[in-house]
Amino acid sequence: MEYKPIRKVVSGNYAAAYAALHARVQVVAAYPITPQTSIIEKIAEFIANGEADIQYIPVESEHSAMAACIGASATGARTFTATSAQGLALMHEMLHWAAGARLPIVMVDVNRAMAPPWSVWDDQTDSLSQRDTGWMQFYAENNQEVYDGVLMAYKVAETVNVPAMVVESAFILSHTYDVVEMIPQELVDEFLPPRKPLYSLANFDEPIAVGALATPNDYYEFRYKLAKAHEEAKKVIKEVGKEFGERFGRDYSQMIETGYIDDADFVFMGMGSLMGTVKEAVDLLRKEGYKVGYAKVRWFRPFPKEELVEIAESVKGIAVLDRNFSFGQEGILFTESKGALYNSSAHPLMKNYIVGLGGRDVTVKDIKAIADDMKKVIESGKVDKEVVWYHLKR
Amino acid sequence: MEVPENIKKRVTIPFEEHFYAGHTACQGCGASLGLRYVLKAYGKKTILVIPACCSTIIAGPWPYSAIDANLFHTAFETTGAVISGIEAALKAMGYKVKGEDGIMVVGWAGDGGTADIGLQALSGFLERGHDAVYIMYDNEAYMNTGIQRSSSTPYGAWTTNTPGGRRHFLEKRHKKKVIDIVIAHRIPYAATASIAYPEDFIRKLKKAQKISGPSFIQLFAPCPTGWRAPTDKSIEIARLAVQTAYFPLFEYENGKYKINMPNPKKEPKPIEEFLKLQGRFKYMTKEDIETLQKWVLEEWERLKKLAEVFG
Repeated sequence: MEYKPIRKVVSGNYAAAYAALHARVQVVAAYPITPQTSIIEKIAEFIANGEADIQYIPVESEHSAMAACIGASATGARTFTATSAQGLALMHEMLHWAAGARLPIVMVDVNRAMAPPWSVWDDQTDSLSQRDTGWMQFYAENNQEVYDGVLMAYKVAETVNVPAMVVESAFILSHTYDVVEMIPQELVDEFLPPRKPLYSLANFDEPIAVGALATPNDYYEFRYKLAKAHEEAKKVIKEVGKEFGERFGRDYSQMIETGYIDDADFVFMGMGSLMGTVKEAVDLLRKEGYKVGYAKVRWFRPFPKEELVEIAESVKGIAVLDRNFSFGQEGILFTESKGALYNSSAHPLMKNYIVGLGGRDVTVKDIKAIADDMKKVIESGKVDKEVVWYHLKR
Repeated sequence: MEVPENIKKRVTIPFEEHFYAGHTACQGCGASLGLRYVLKAYGKKTILVIPACCSTIIAGPWPYSAIDANLFHTAFETTGAVISGIEAALKAMGYKVKGEDGIMVVGWAGDGGTADIGLQALSGFLERGHDAVYIMYDNEAYMNTGIQRSSSTPYGAWTTNTPGGRRHFLEKRHKKKVIDIVIAHRIPYAATASIAYPEDFIRKLKKAQKISGPSFIQLFAPCPTGWRAPTDKSIEIARLAVQTAYFPLFEYENGKYKINMPNPKKEPKPIEEFLKLQGRFKYMTKEDIETLQKWVLEEWERLKKLAEVFG
């Protein structure tokens, strides 16, 4: 069957719901939270219209949403959920559980700022706070990447038996409509065949006990295996991303998407919808003669260390844009990327710009202003100040 | 062992074993007896979900397992949610769940994991009507962490965080009637049971299996370690809990209450008979005992009235 995309104008949340539908998820357990709700509403609508055969569990909390997904996934079903901010934080304990039990659950997190003060707007601190739970994390730049990300996440997750989070921005993507090229069901099925679980609680040939107490003599190796699975995932992500490109024309073989880096003095690095604005700004800056490029981190976990080293070797500086913050330190991507480069031969000048927290708008004008600041860093050969709270009212 | 046919006919407890020797329970553990009966009743085609509790340890550390069924260990507060997810997945994958030949999904959680930290997930499970059985084995405190009070600990009991002492710092709240909360969900079947009455327990497990929708059983399971009681007295203590009406046996089935006391006509024995075998009650004053006795009889009257009105 020749690939002819079905173009639909949908929100990021509907793109996520359609991806779950096309991935033929069997169990969905979810709890409402703004701005995630329309994902689950859309899935409920698919069920109500007879378009999907899904067991839908309207649980009483996010903690139970993840716990129910864990039960369903351990039984062998392809399982989906979605949440945001407080809901994700409430799930935290069970995120560790899902990864430790090696369950390939896929979850969409709609990035939303953590309270207090209350905020429903875009901010990456919710998902990045889950960094060490053992989940993979994919950051979508636009609605198309939300759709593609969910489909690829299932394939990667079910290959390495590690859960995956697909992250999109509150409102900027979740509630903004855009054209998304969807894939005919038959071709999705070819790309993503039914799940073959590592183990199933429904198989009674050999009784199993999952998650039993492991003494200090054994626990260590369980952790090592999960660490190895993340290493393996880097390879699988590239293969799956390449296959996706060959089948559907959008290549995801790079864990970091780059632009204009060949002759760039410095690059902007960041994740998520923010990078759409950066790309626009870089196009304009190039026209004005700036030697600037961009590096969009698609996968934050596993972290694409090797790709980052390669990029860093070819530039004089990196301006890391963090729509998140780790209190007592700096932007989280900044810390991660500096750490990744420490033992490499690449030592670009690195400066951290804290932008857009709690949904503060990040415009092309802002990116241009940051470019001017970063240009001075490159010219002087010195990082004047490592971390800048760019938008701060004075 | 060969069992004579005439005996086989009379015994209602299945002879098959799916809970093996080599488990790590303490001597005289009521919970492990209960688990043995559950697996006898439901057999191998059971998916057992165990949250943090004594049974996490009893089942055996990796790579050992004393349980001849599929076992999923989960976090403390999640039993109700995990059994919901398993049931949904089984249905999505086309398996028959519950009933005579269906797969049994069983939550096996302690009183802390049910009446305290797991109450929300339990409520969600009950309210949504999943086809699974939730069994709370009630040993009346957090035993696995070393005997701390739960909301299911009775008035006057010593625990390590209600240690008696000079200021008489004992448990001052009555045992939470968690089954009343369960019944408030108007589920098809809820019951109390005791390890001292295994035939009654097996009958209730079988009934829970047949009835479609969620079932709940609260199983009284003495803990000699935590109750400071001799290890050969677990059955006797459990029997006295019923005979004193401290822990009456009853069923709630489709809106109707039915009391299942061994001697329905008999007046309850004095509560002291239940208390005196256990070191955990030794700090109680005469007034404390009176307070507990009064509560036991009030609750017993209440239950009898419910059975009268909704019998």
